[in-house]
Amino acid sequence: MITVNENLCKGCNLCTEFCPQKVYKESKKLDKKGIHVPAPVDEEKCKKCGLCALMCPDQAIKVEEDEDEE
Amino acid sequence: MVKGESPFMKYLRRDRLPTIFCAGCGNGIVMNTFFNGMEMAEVDFDNLILVSGIGCSSRIPGYVACDSLHTTHGRPISFATGIKLANPEHDVAVFSGDGDAAAIGGNHLIHGARRNIDITVICINNSIYGMTGGQISPTSPKGSYGTTAPYGALERPFSLADLVTAAGGTYVARWTTAHPVQLSKAIKYGLQNKGFSFIEVISQCPTYYGRKNKLRSPIDMLNWMKESSINKRRADKMEEEELQGKIIVGEFQKKPEPEFAEKLCKLLEEQCVTGKPTAIRSAYQED
Repeated sequence: MITVNENLCKGCNLCTEFCPQKVYKESKKLDKKGIHVPAPVDEEKCKKCGLCALMCPDQAIKVEEDEDEE
Repeated sequence: MVKGESPFMKYLRRDRLPTIFCAGCGNGIVMNTFFNGMEMAEVDFDNLILVSGIGCSSRIPGYVACDSLHTTHGRPISFATGIKLANPEHDVAVFSGDGDAAAIGGNHLIHGARRNIDITVICINNSIYGMTGGQISPTSPKGSYGTTAPYGALERPFSLADLVTAAGGTYVARWTTAHPVQLSKAIKYGLQNKGFSFIEVISQCPTYYGRKNKLRSPIDMLNWMKESSINKRRADKMEEEELQGKIIVGEFQKKPEPEFAEKLCKLLEEQCVTGKPTAIRSAYQED
């Protein structure tokens, strides 16, 4: 599961560009700070490599292993 | 750990977030990679001291929830030397920018390397003075634009990794913020290395360097770094003309040598007439 913390994100959109699977997409809507917070739209493609969490300059992203769906 | 929070949040001072850095600044990436490298090197977070000088990158220790010292411009390596010699058991790391380490603190940098004292210096080189408004720094590439170089910089830049290798650093590496995994590994080796470790990180400053040099967004800057970086092993076999405008990345030096604090402790023990020297934490020890 991917979570993007909207309070910390500054909208640099490095995650949209550097995710190897292109999971993120820039949102069209502006948030209350006037920035485009990226959203993990294609989350089923995520391979949990964690590159986005390492590349996020504002520590806004968390990638978790999915809990077992049994 | 709170659910949905970055794995590195446990090392940060939450009350000070979000950071003051511009959107897409490389300092945040260096922070992440430092925590990642620290976890890999199994460094005790309570035993770590971060030292910094003046500059954008030198604000990093203020956000990390460990012992930290924000010192005068260009002098973090001198302060770190003092910390390390007062108690050699501490792990000391220095965060420094290019203006801090190469311009005003250049002398401290080469003498720290010459002494081979066990500190890890992470130099975040964004090729410009970001905090003061985009002046040309000693590492700005030839021909790059800045507030003080409207027709392009005329001077040759410093190659900091080569400088520290020549001065005697025992682990020297250069990576960019577009290589976060390799950078984490370099920081891991730097922290584990007994001796002067220097890691130069080519970073992006989209606000000043990017705006003046037609790389307006952080994405453009990272793509430029990714395309123009070339590994040292390949670069060694290439001609000088081919390497124009390229960033040479990789390990420049990896050669263990006797360390300064250890040598000094040994000398103290040998010369002390009253038995073991008690300068270290003597206030807590019974006489």
